Amino acid sequence: MTEQLNKNLPVRKIVARLVVVVVAMFGFGFALVPLYDLFCDVTGLNGKTNTEAFVPVAELIDTSREVTVQFIATNNESMPWEFRPEVFNIKVHPGQEVETTFYARNPTSGEMIAQAIPSVSPGRAATYFHKTECFCFNQQLLSGGTDVDMPLRFIVDRDLPDDVNTITLSYTLFDVTETGAIQVDSLTAL
Amino acid sequence: MGDHGPAKGFGRWLFTTNHKDIGSMYLWFSFAMFLMGGVFALVIRAELFQPGLQLVEPEFFNQMTTMHGLVMVFGAVMPAFVGLANWLIPMMVGAPDMALPRMNNWSFWILPFAFTLLASTLFMEGGGPNFGWTFYAPLSTTYAPPSVTYFIFAVHIMGASSIMGSINIIATILNMRAPGMTLMKMPLFVWTWLITAYLLIAVMPVLAGCVTMMLMDIHFGTSFFSAAGGGDPVLFQHVFWFFGHPEVYIMILPAFGIASAIIPTFARKPLFGYASMVYATASIAFLSFIVWAHHMFTVGMPIAGELFFMYATMLIAVPTGVKVFNWVTTMFRGSMTFETPMLFAIAFVILFTIGGFSGLMLSIAPADFQYHDTYFVVAHFHYVLVPGAIFSIFAAVYYWLPKWCGNMYDERLGKAHFWLSFVGLNVTFFPMHFVGLAGMPRRIPDYALQFADFNQIASMGAFLFGFSQVFFLFIVIKTIRGGQKATDEVWDNPEGLEWTVASPAPYHTFTTPPAIK
Amino acid sequence: MRLIGKQLASKLLWVLSQVLLLPALLMTSVQAFGASDAAVDEAQRWGLNMTEGVTAVSREIYDLHMLIFWICVWIGVVVFGIMFYSMIMHRKSSGAVPSKFHESTAVELAWTLIPALILVLMAIPATSSLIKIYDSSEADINIKIVGYRWKWQYEYLGEDVSFFSNLATPQDEIYGLAPKGEHYLLEVDEPLVIPVNKKVRFLITANDVLHAWWVPALAVKRDAIPGFVNDAWAIVEEPGIYRGQCAELCGKDHGFMPIVVHAMEEADYANWLAGKKEEAEELKAAMSQTFTMDELYARGEKVYQANCVACHGANGGGGLGPSLVGTGITTGPINAHIDVMVNGVAGNAVMPVFGNQLNNIDLASVITFKRNAWGNNMGDELQPVDILTFKKNQ
Repeated sequence: MTEQLNKNLPVRKIVARLVVVVVAMFGFGFALVPLYDLFCDVTGLNGKTNTEAFVPVAELIDTSREVTVQFIATNNESMPWEFRPEVFNIKVHPGQEVETTFYARNPTSGEMIAQAIPSVSPGRAATYFHKTECFCFNQQLLSGGTDVDMPLRFIVDRDLPDDVNTITLSYTLFDVTETGAIQVDSLTAL
Repeated sequence: MGDHGPAKGFGRWLFTTNHKDIGSMYLWFSFAMFLMGGVFALVIRAELFQPGLQLVEPEFFNQMTTMHGLVMVFGAVMPAFVGLANWLIPMMVGAPDMALPRMNNWSFWILPFAFTLLASTLFMEGGGPNFGWTFYAPLSTTYAPPSVTYFIFAVHIMGASSIMGSINIIATILNMRAPGMTLMKMPLFVWTWLITAYLLIAVMPVLAGCVTMMLMDIHFGTSFFSAAGGGDPVLFQHVFWFFGHPEVYIMILPAFGIASAIIPTFARKPLFGYASMVYATASIAFLSFIVWAHHMFTVGMPIAGELFFMYATMLIAVPTGVKVFNWVTTMFRGSMTFETPMLFAIAFVILFTIGGFSGLMLSIAPADFQYHDTYFVVAHFHYVLVPGAIFSIFAAVYYWLPKWCGNMYDERLGKAHFWLSFVGLNVTFFPMHFVGLAGMPRRIPDYALQFADFNQIASMGAFLFGFSQVFFLFIVIKTIRGGQKATDEVWDNPEGLEWTVASPAPYHTFTTPPAIK
Repeated sequence: MRLIGKQLASKLLWVLSQVLLLPALLMTSVQAFGASDAAVDEAQRWGLNMTEGVTAVSREIYDLHMLIFWICVWIGVVVFGIMFYSMIMHRKSSGAVPSKFHESTAVELAWTLIPALILVLMAIPATSSLIKIYDSSEADINIKIVGYRWKWQYEYLGEDVSFFSNLATPQDEIYGLAPKGEHYLLEVDEPLVIPVNKKVRFLITANDVLHAWWVPALAVKRDAIPGFVNDAWAIVEEPGIYRGQCAELCGKDHGFMPIVVHAMEEADYANWLAGKKEEAEELKAAMSQTFTMDELYARGEKVYQANCVACHGANGGGGLGPSLVGTGITTGPINAHIDVMVNGVAGNAVMPVFGNQLNNIDLASVITFKRNAWGNNMGDELQPVDILTFKKNQ
């Protein structure tokens, strides 16, 4: 940079430009949220799976291959519900649509809302695990003392990498009774 | 601005727009914070002196580790560098003052408020922040003490201060240079600060965004970092370290500039590879944006992510190596003397390099599975930050103090301070490598018996190091109050415009731009 | 050659530490810790280096660690060698005259490229180890690990075996009122048991905040993240007891939630598992049994020590949680007390929901204990069947 040039750049202009950078970077901090979700979708980071129903295309079933799908259920924090998979594991063929259920019971006396958060391990299998129906797409409302069998239908993609032969699908159940209403609204808004 | 001197009384400091006054205030403030953060550290080391819980309860211990980190990073190291920048950059580029003197005043004066707010949380119901200086969600959101809101505001104010300071520095460097002072003629301290200021502008807003999201999660029912509402706690770590890793370099790049000023003076030989120093600094700054997830090797990233961040992190060793080689070559075939600033600068090069080695080991993802969150990491970052940032600040103070106050410091006392600090530092932090490798996790208030001996030694070293800094305070005050008068050049033919003005530097310098060779 | 290198490494580290720490050593008195002599003799003191561990992966990581360490040492020897050479030879006091050279493109290029080359050499073994660690072939045993504040839960998937693992070190040892045992802070009431030579897969998650499950001998460290599951695996080759700790700050008792893995021969493991199932059956049978007040009190005290003491204090005086001495819950209506224990407290994430964590006998015992300890003297008692009735009726 020559002397001439820096005389042409008044302080006010420098400051204005830097302030734009500051504001943009503040925005970038927030932009990291959707960027991160996008990144997770692409890479299966954190074992995140699809949050809306997958529309199956007529797929051939790869009967030459068998994959074990395990189910685990965890309660978060002070979630008092009973929550467990009906079966611990299923052997499936890639491309085949499979149905299973999870059992949930609200042992308390009051009405409660729960949200199940899915996570797949190994993470890179997540993008090959398609749920066509899942209780995790919506919040679950149970009145005190009642129980429910919650359905889950899924297809394991035929393109699942060869060295993955076990997929673990984990659900963590969160108590969202207090914040639930807000979330239900925002879900319908989608 | 005329030729008048400083105003009298407290008003001088409250309303000053003079870069030298503001620089001094930053430095004193930073030293106060350094002592406060040091006291927190000594509480930690006292509790860890032997196994068992003796002095503090785990909850308070966690507040101490958190506050120690926050105060040292945001209160001690960063303001000290800003203080040095205030004092030196205008003199180094031949400018009469900073480009935005009033903003300069604000950016300093909001800092004491930020830290009063932060420190006051310790006395609040539920205690102060206890979630580590990295404040990972959900420990810092759902499970945080109520004082977290004050912590968030304090971080916002510190961020605003840093951003204003950086804008000022960039504007000064780009606009206020004396005729003929081209960019590639600037001293390296100015260069490293220019790059640091850009880093600050880029990442402090991200930190602000990060704590704002926390605030919204805590008070407004959003779910950025909570899985229940579709968020993700791991996202917090990505956002935090996107700020955090450049932040690490913010605390070390100005130190590179200081070493590059001091080593040539006492080797009596020009700095080797000036241009490559500039390029290396810029490369380090660039790389700092693409390595953040090496702090998160154990969160369960896909292998592609692990590999990318591992390779990128290893790459940082290249420009850092260039710098170290350049300093060593500057010394090679020079004519060296070892005054206190040089001792600190040499210790900086050696110990920072050791910290760099452990950094290289940490970058190896599979090995990091064993190192992560152990005392090996604690040893690593204290080896880069204490000799890196703190020693370079000591070096800078001894080097430029005669110019600032017109008196020479007592060389005998300076050397004693150096050796006490040097021994104290190594006795404190070297054993941490061992306990870390042997399996001691960081941030624990009590530990298994096999870690006892090294911890006891580290604690003794910490107290030695801590008390040496009180000695430093004594040396500085003694120098300011009197002593042998310094010459205008102070040292043996040092390079830089700051040595062409009188000692002590007049209240206003370069009101007419100097001629540049 | 490799072996010599290793020996040298530990020697060097040892000598370095000794030289550095000699003055401090003279002052070290282990008895001052309040640890018993025997414990001190047996605790592996002055641990200097990473464990080699007991799995193929852990050994590979150890070798990688030593390789990088030695490369760093050699670079250090060269760089610091030149530096000290010039500091000694090129002093003004010995009449050195400074040269004036200040750049050399060739040299600067060389020390950019040579380190880059060394890095490539480091990256090759690191990449290959990482790929092995990320192997996702089928496991023989799957164990779900859940981090809680501040304990671990282990669930043997498909086996119907699940239990919590709490710190077993008594509070008195922590507060220096009793001599510290050999495995101070690294002992649990119920260790994770796994067979040797089988691929064990760990599915790691958390209940509340972040934790990290780390056992150095297995070279497994994975963050436990609420809502998400992480996986890791190990094939342990030698039977033994391996200890580790939580490695992610998780709040107050982060330093007090150790991990103990007991690796046994396959046959022993099968026996253990069968025993565990039997125990569960017995427990079911005992649910309908009636216990005496003393039995309940004694059992309840143990349950309290394992589960409650961290927040409510050794004498119920409170801490992170409220005091239990003479307060509304412990001296109020018994049904409200059961409700808090079984269902937790609405809106309070810190008080766990023990209905899912403790069995009915333990719940009955601990409630009985709290209502009669520390001068609460309520005199009432609960039987497991009362808890069952409460759970059914709510």
